[in-house]
Amino acid sequence: MSRLRVEKLYRSGVQHASLDIDHAACVALHGPSGSGKTLLLRAIADLDEADGEVWLDDRPRSVFSGPDWRRHVVYVAADSQWWHETVREHAVDWRLDDLSALGFAAEVLDWEVQRLSSGERQRLSIARALAHAPSALLLDEPTANLDATNTTRVERLLVDWRAASGGCVLWVSHDPAQRTRVASVQYRVRDGVVERDHAT
Amino acid sequence: MQPETLISLTPFDLALAAGLVLAVAALSWRLRLDIGRRMLIASLRSTLQLLLLGLVLKTLFHSSHPGLVAALATLMLGVAGYEVMARQKHPLRGFWGFGTGTVSMFLSSFSITLLALLTVLQPTPWYTPQYAIPLLGMLLGNTMTGIAVALDNLTRQTVDKRQQIEARLALGQTAADAIGDIRRDALRAGLIPIVNSMATAGIVSLPGMMTGQILAGSPPMEAAKYQLLILFLIAAGTGFGSVVAVMVASHRLFDVRARLRRDRLRN
Repeated sequence: MSRLRVEKLYRSGVQHASLDIDHAACVALHGPSGSGKTLLLRAIADLDEADGEVWLDDRPRSVFSGPDWRRHVVYVAADSQWWHETVREHAVDWRLDDLSALGFAAEVLDWEVQRLSSGERQRLSIARALAHAPSALLLDEPTANLDATNTTRVERLLVDWRAASGGCVLWVSHDPAQRTRVASVQYRVRDGVVERDHAT
Repeated sequence: MQPETLISLTPFDLALAAGLVLAVAALSWRLRLDIGRRMLIASLRSTLQLLLLGLVLKTLFHSSHPGLVAALATLMLGVAGYEVMARQKHPLRGFWGFGTGTVSMFLSSFSITLLALLTVLQPTPWYTPQYAIPLLGMLLGNTMTGIAVALDNLTRQTVDKRQQIEARLALGQTAADAIGDIRRDALRAGLIPIVNSMATAGIVSLPGMMTGQILAGSPPMEAAKYQLLILFLIAAGTGFGSVVAVMVASHRLFDVRARLRRDRLRN
């Protein structure tokens, strides 16, 4: 069970952002490109310096080391990066159930990363993040390169993962229909200001 | 037996060799290769620098004052440190750009020169400039190349592969894990030249120092032993120097929260 609370996070491009994602919940984030969504996610993951505090349950980020925090709060970038030759080398405990939920057979682990399409890489980057057993996921447009079938697969997998693990998700999406499907609460970012969407 | 076999070079001998360079420059001008001008300037520079060095060493050998030896050694180190920084496309910002290379060369070249002077060569006094300055020069020149290549490789790859490094950090890897491959690559690149020159020494190429000694009249076996000593010292100096430089620089590339700090490298 993990609840993520962002309290007055401030950095260049993000103005005192506060948001609250409950246990096993999913919060959607939207806003025009360049409004600061990625900057906010990177700041929450502690990949960039920022003032303010982020809490995981009742523990502030400052009690974790940087790598420890990012092991719990995993940021999944819009364009996934791979650095070893085969898929398998990128995680220790791949979860075969997740792979099959995303439409992959176990053999995918022995494929060369070079041969993967951008959509395959994107789906596998979600499986890779889950293989690291995070408490919270920060997803930056996780279905941007995917067709309808694979988008549904990703959405379902994350619903199941939240229910099973109690982990929470912050999901950046440009698609209003997707946001209502996956999230209970929506926030909008404009010029670095984060506001709760009261339409939802 | 050295003095009687030393054939002194006359200005005419040097003029003959310089004439060959002029001929190449003329050829370049004729073929529009655009390298003649730079070649002439470089020849002129090396002429002035080496003659000046000859003069400085002549004075220095004459006086043997430890303060003068120290002053020249410091100057050599400073120039080498600047050169290491200048050879990188994205050096560290601020004092770190100059300091990282300089400190690692100081630690490796100076300590190894000192070790060689105190335990192997043992001249009296130990700072006798005839031994100390050429030895330090050989070590600095070679460690400088190794360290510059290693640091340039490290910082350049960090800039190029920044997204990969951050993706690894985002999965909870430590800074050392996230940059481990790049660090190993950089060290390997820095050490390859000295490894190669040890592997081919005497077969493909006659090392410069040994050639010089033989031309100056030393017996070949003595020249070979000196060359071996120098090769080992250079290998050790380059190895330790590159390791220190890459460790310090890659440490500086991350902050206390193990975030990648691209802003600490120049554009």
